[in-house]
Amino acid sequence: MYDTIIIGGGPAGLAAAVKAKKLGLKVLLLDENEFLGGILPQCIHPGFGLHYFKEELTGPEFAHRFIREINELNIEHYTNAYVLEIENYSDLEKKVVFSSPEGVKEVWGKTIIYAAGARERHAFEIGIVGDRVAGIYTAGEAQTLMDIYGVMPGKEVVIVGSGDVGLIMARRFALEGAKVKAVIELMPYPGGLARNVMILRDFEIPLYLSHKVVEVRGRKRVEKVKVVKVDENLKEISGSGFWIECDTLLISAGLIPNVKLLKKIGAQIDPLNGGPIVNELLETTIPGIFVAGNALLINDLVDYVAEQGELAALGAKEFIENQGIPSRKWIKLKRGSNVRILAPHYISGERDVYIYARVSRPMENVRVTFPEIRKELRLPVVKPSEMLRIKLKAEEIQKAGKEITMEVEKGEV
Amino acid sequence: MGCTVEVEVENGRVKEVSGHKCPRGKEWAIEEVISPKRVVMSVIKVKDGKLPTVSVKTDKPVPKDKIPELMKLLAKIEVKAPVEVGQVILEKPLNLDMKVVATREVDSA
Repeated sequence: MYDTIIIGGGPAGLAAAVKAKKLGLKVLLLDENEFLGGILPQCIHPGFGLHYFKEELTGPEFAHRFIREINELNIEHYTNAYVLEIENYSDLEKKVVFSSPEGVKEVWGKTIIYAAGARERHAFEIGIVGDRVAGIYTAGEAQTLMDIYGVMPGKEVVIVGSGDVGLIMARRFALEGAKVKAVIELMPYPGGLARNVMILRDFEIPLYLSHKVVEVRGRKRVEKVKVVKVDENLKEISGSGFWIECDTLLISAGLIPNVKLLKKIGAQIDPLNGGPIVNELLETTIPGIFVAGNALLINDLVDYVAEQGELAALGAKEFIENQGIPSRKWIKLKRGSNVRILAPHYISGERDVYIYARVSRPMENVRVTFPEIRKELRLPVVKPSEMLRIKLKAEEIQKAGKEITMEVEKGEV
Repeated sequence: MGCTVEVEVENGRVKEVSGHKCPRGKEWAIEEVISPKRVVMSVIKVKDGKLPTVSVKTDKPVPKDKIPELMKLLAKIEVKAPVEVGQVILEKPLNLDMKVVATREVDSA
């Protein structure tokens, strides 16, 4: 019987495994890939680890630091291990069934840390119609091809979505000599971090805001895509369509937390985050099952993903020591105006917590308030692309009654 | 995160910098206007490795106008597995004062 079984060997799972082992737990780490690291080994650009390691690393380097620790600490792990089933027998008995090169295996754990990451949204999900031809990739697929296997997916590329992944792939294609003909963004503002939006200027890549790709045409491979302009309600403006010739269409339309196995065993999912409902130790509504990283909510910095992994490990330890997390007077954290994503959902006031949030729309000169505890912060700007991470101190939380609301409002000048 | 810096340039010389929130921001903004630099990343071929490529980066930012030439150079290079993280792949490429280092570990096949 393991103390904790960690599902997923990306940054959240690796950080959770190292932390849990250091806390003295008996750990098993399972990953479906041939190698540990999740998507980090293919994220070859710099910009990782500034918060966590206080230096700038590439994705593979960030992963390497944790993988080295996994080996040094002799943490038991399987790669090529695809989890088929989680079975929740009791609070302290959970079975995980996985397939591996040696066949189907069953393992038992007192707790589970679910760190299975996210999946990409694909072309059909964003309403693109037309010919089903070669040359349509998600950004992550193209990244795997280029940066793990050394294969160029195309020469003339149109990218759907100006989030970080789309912008980073625009740079990769441009650096490798492909022509990035356009980045098409549905919203009236770019979706990525400011430092990544700069990439467009570096390579003189046109950005079409308030536009969307609606159709693909081609015989064997993509030959052209149809782009239309949208109004403020994101409705197509008739007569605004034009075609862009290209051989490759890259879809970078956001990530969705991968919660399939959690849903199957009845964990409550937050429809706005796409991830599970959790308390401050990142425990789901199923006792003893914790979640971290992009399976919890989509993060923009890997540093926070690792932080969540460590917190889930602490949760697992507390759970085992107390035969379950002692029931607390949970205070509900509620979304107020211009708050779209928010986690955790329940906090106790027994410890300081970091809350992670995203706004619905950009705003300048901002007041972030928590009226029930009279906390207020001022920020020059908030954007949906940049996650807010705010510390609430235990003594602040204790001032609240049953709930605490987070409001993002325009500050008075 | 980050700030928006304005740099006023007259006859190719920096006249005024405003909007920065730290000395680093000021330095960066001046450099960005006078001679922009970027860290370059790519993958190069690996012979007899578990993976066909290894990711690399420059250990310092490269002047932007040298980047296409550097990318062409990297496309021609091949290393033999195993490769360690931090292993120097090229010293002073194109006579630039920097190294190209491996950022991924690739074991022998």
